[in-house]
Amino acid sequence: MTAAKVAIVDSGGANIASLRFALQRLGIDAELTADADTIAAAQRVLLPGVGAARDSMQRLEQLGLVELLRELTQPVLGICLGMQLLAEASEEDDVECLGVIPTTARKLPASSECPVPNMGWCRTAHECSEPLLDGIDSGSYFYYLHSYALPVGDYTVATARHEHEFSAVVRYRNFYAAQFHPERSSAAGARLLRNFAGETA
Amino acid sequence: MVKGVQFRNHRIVGDILELAERYCEEGADELVFYDITASPDGRSVDRSWVTAVARVLDIPFCVAGGIRSLGDAEEVLNKGADKISVNSPALEQPELIDALAKRFGSQCVVLGVDSRAEEDGYSVFQYTGDPDKTTAASRRTTDWVREAQDRGAGEVVLNCMNQDGVRQGYDIEQLRAIRAVASVPLIASGGAGNMPHFRAVFDEASVDGALAASVFHSAEIEIGELKRFLVAAGIEVRPAERAA
Repeated sequence: MTAAKVAIVDSGGANIASLRFALQRLGIDAELTADADTIAAAQRVLLPGVGAARDSMQRLEQLGLVELLRELTQPVLGICLGMQLLAEASEEDDVECLGVIPTTARKLPASSECPVPNMGWCRTAHECSEPLLDGIDSGSYFYYLHSYALPVGDYTVATARHEHEFSAVVRYRNFYAAQFHPERSSAAGARLLRNFAGETA
Repeated sequence: MVKGVQFRNHRIVGDILELAERYCEEGADELVFYDITASPDGRSVDRSWVTAVARVLDIPFCVAGGIRSLGDAEEVLNKGADKISVNSPALEQPELIDALAKRFGSQCVVLGVDSRAEEDGYSVFQYTGDPDKTTAASRRTTDWVREAQDRGAGEVVLNCMNQDGVRQGYDIEQLRAIRAVASVPLIASGGAGNMPHFRAVFDEASVDGALAASVFHSAEIEIGELKRFLVAAGIEVRPAERAA
């Protein structure tokens, strides 16, 4: 089988380059696009996001992608802010999001032990078997860069800890999402991207 | 653990890429690239190297030096950096921090601070990339760190100038003082000379990360070995072994 065709939704965040480069290193055929037909036809859809929730939602609305993204049936992976955009809402500016995953992105509580933003490598745990996490040991470290997170719920498949436990990886129907940046998470992140693209070694 | 690379000239991109790959393999947790001459010279920077580096790295990558505007920051991030670090330009124009945080999110915005102990406390210095242009910025370091995080800086790299390059250990006392006012991640910089220095800065100053350049550059300390040493000392770090 040839490489899965991955559409990266051009959600307007500034650093989509690192995700594109990671997919290139892995030999995964991916295209950065805001075109509805290209996204609808892709085998896999990546929803990245860096920046503020409100700006990103406004951009998706301007691009006319909100309905399309909600109704995608192929595997979708939200990354970082992209994960939060899949929720119903975010506490960041109290913005309404795509409403795919039945939860709200919450601000991480800051403490002297746990500064916010959470910036760094966090141990990430999962108990259930999940194809997206094949070959990745529970307890592996991933790189996080965020101030908001989805609380732990039925949709949670991996967790990490800040002041409290939060969702590191979720799955809801065909929608997956990761709070960390797989493209900057060394070998473990590369494995997750390969799993998502259906190219497990 | 953060590796700083002093970067001045695009002709040495090949060397930079080789180093970047080596540190990545050894288990560095982040690379910071400094164009330390950018601000004192008041010039804009040739940034084609950012993309070249971003293509080979699979760990976070921060670019520091000469970022004076939203446009500069956007260019660097678009070329593949994950974070941008501002130092002198933020002192000239503190609103730059607000603008960067609003546009890109606090998690992208790192404040670099060059600081040293004066008779009446810790003071910030500016244009430290060029000894002839280095000046005191007439700001207390604690005040500046508080202000910057209020404006939206998401991380502080504190370079303790008394210690820089002398390899006598991190400035624990100063880092503790800044830790007490920093509610965002604090990265220690300046003074690393041996592995116990790293242990001490994590244990005694509760920093979130430790940056070093010369000891890694000279291969006096190998990052994998350092991490095993820290794990054995009970400090939580990401293991160097490339599992998974």
